[in-house]
Amino acid sequence: MSLEDLYKEVILDHYKNPRNKRELPGAELASSKNNPLCGDEITVRAHVEGGRVAEVAFQGQGCSISQASASMLTEAVTGRSVGEASELVAEFRGMMEGRVEPAEEELGDLVALKGVVKYPVRIKCAVLAWDVLQDALSGAGDASVAGAQFGEGPGPVTG
Amino acid sequence: MTKVIEQRPDVLDVERIRKDFPILERLINGRPLVYLDSSNTSQKPRQVIDTLTEYYERHNANLYRAVYALAEEATSLFEAARDKLARFVGAPDPRCIVFNRGTTESTNLVAHGYARKVLKEGDEILLSVVEHHSNLVPWQFAAAATGAKLRFIPLADDGSLDLSGLDSLLTERTKMICVTGMSNVLGTVPPLRQLADAAHAVGAVILVDGAQLVPHSPVDVAVLDVDFLTISGHKMLGPTASGGLYGKRELLERMDPFLGGGEMILEVHPDRSTFKEPPWKFEAGTMNIAQEIGLAAAVDYLEALGMDAVREHEKEITAYAIRRLSDAGAKVFGPSGVERRGGAVSFWFRDIHPHDLAQVLDTQGVCVRAGHHCAQPLMRVLGVPATTRASFYVYNTESEVDALVDALGEAERIFSR
Repeated sequence: MSLEDLYKEVILDHYKNPRNKRELPGAELASSKNNPLCGDEITVRAHVEGGRVAEVAFQGQGCSISQASASMLTEAVTGRSVGEASELVAEFRGMMEGRVEPAEEELGDLVALKGVVKYPVRIKCAVLAWDVLQDALSGAGDASVAGAQFGEGPGPVTG
Repeated sequence: MTKVIEQRPDVLDVERIRKDFPILERLINGRPLVYLDSSNTSQKPRQVIDTLTEYYERHNANLYRAVYALAEEATSLFEAARDKLARFVGAPDPRCIVFNRGTTESTNLVAHGYARKVLKEGDEILLSVVEHHSNLVPWQFAAAATGAKLRFIPLADDGSLDLSGLDSLLTERTKMICVTGMSNVLGTVPPLRQLADAAHAVGAVILVDGAQLVPHSPVDVAVLDVDFLTISGHKMLGPTASGGLYGKRELLERMDPFLGGGEMILEVHPDRSTFKEPPWKFEAGTMNIAQEIGLAAAVDYLEALGMDAVREHEKEITAYAIRRLSDAGAKVFGPSGVERRGGAVSFWFRDIHPHDLAQVLDTQGVCVRAGHHCAQPLMRVLGVPATTRASFYVYNTESEVDALVDALGEAERIFSR
């Protein structure tokens, strides 16, 4: 297993050019979580219209895997019904826990994240955004629990 | 119990030292192990491993409570380890050393046995913003229990502690200063004697978190005049769950016991008990006997190298690492001058997230720490979610720093695709 299998082009593309990384004013559903081990943090917000996820956006910061996974999530769930979105979360988790052989037609680009399974400590990075989405969908979400906000880069301390 | 290497007071013979560490022969992903995470835990020399084996093969018994020869051997080895650790940190009396699992347990012991007994509402505990969670969370507990307040010494732009406001931070309300002896993130070494004098001038006591200081620098508690010093054995070549607390005798005597149970008591009645004198009143239950005896072997090893030589070696390799990392385009945090910092070098490299960076380095056999280093408040001060940290010890070479820098190049290649 080489690093190129972990850091596939599609993952790096989503990391460098994240889709739907923005605020979503008036979102009906929202949730936040951070990963206390590494400080990754993700907020997911969604507009739901007629039982369908009409628009999804995320904000946060973290490693390439967590951010790419969040970006891919926004594309994957848009247009699905709330029930279908929940099923996708379950399927994605199944793939990341190594329980489910991913169906490419169902997961699409998300299959690229399967390489993460070989790196156990990184699985939670990939799953973070999906946990947040599930909380939001099930109404358990609390967007106010997002951890402290960090700057975009290193601070002034050099010496 | 084991033979130690000969004394070489001037410089470390690193190639010879490396032969004492069996793990350094390992390959990781087909490459030689480059272990740059000693601030997290150090590797163990054969002398320490052999001591553990010999203890279990020849001397294993429980302490104090038996009259047979094995128990006497175990007890005498354990108490000899206390003696050795006391001398290593300049303690005047081995009874000033409480054995336990290390710095976290030691800090909690003082927070429970001293702070909760002494602090009152309105009192203050002065910390710094660079503290490890283990020298912060116990004080949050103590503050919550007593109504005391926590105050914080800020960080200066050069990575040192900003002591310019010390006069207003340190008042007659201050009852304790609890500060690192050497930052695990920035390497920062505060002026401990100055802080100890300042604490004593207002009637406060000072606790120094020695997790990084004791393994990497000569320490003499009498010279520093600190009241408490926490000691981590596993970061100084010793076994995990070894180490303990140095405390001034009169303070240890004032403290309440922490854990109640066997061995810490004198007399037990159905409704009350009396306790042994310190340090034994803080050592309830069966102790980490093998670990502390193993730590004594680690102390022997370090003393044979000479702690001045250990510190010199780390200054050299740290200066080299800061130069190579900076030249490679990394932003290095903390003081730049190695006279006032230790060998924990945190950096940020080309906006590659530390976890991604550490993952790539691992494929090159290079072990570094990525994350918040149990110092989330400090990460917020630095304005980064996490850092990558390389840290050095007696067995590290400049060519391992070169391997780190080469591996950074590999990370750059992958992330610039």
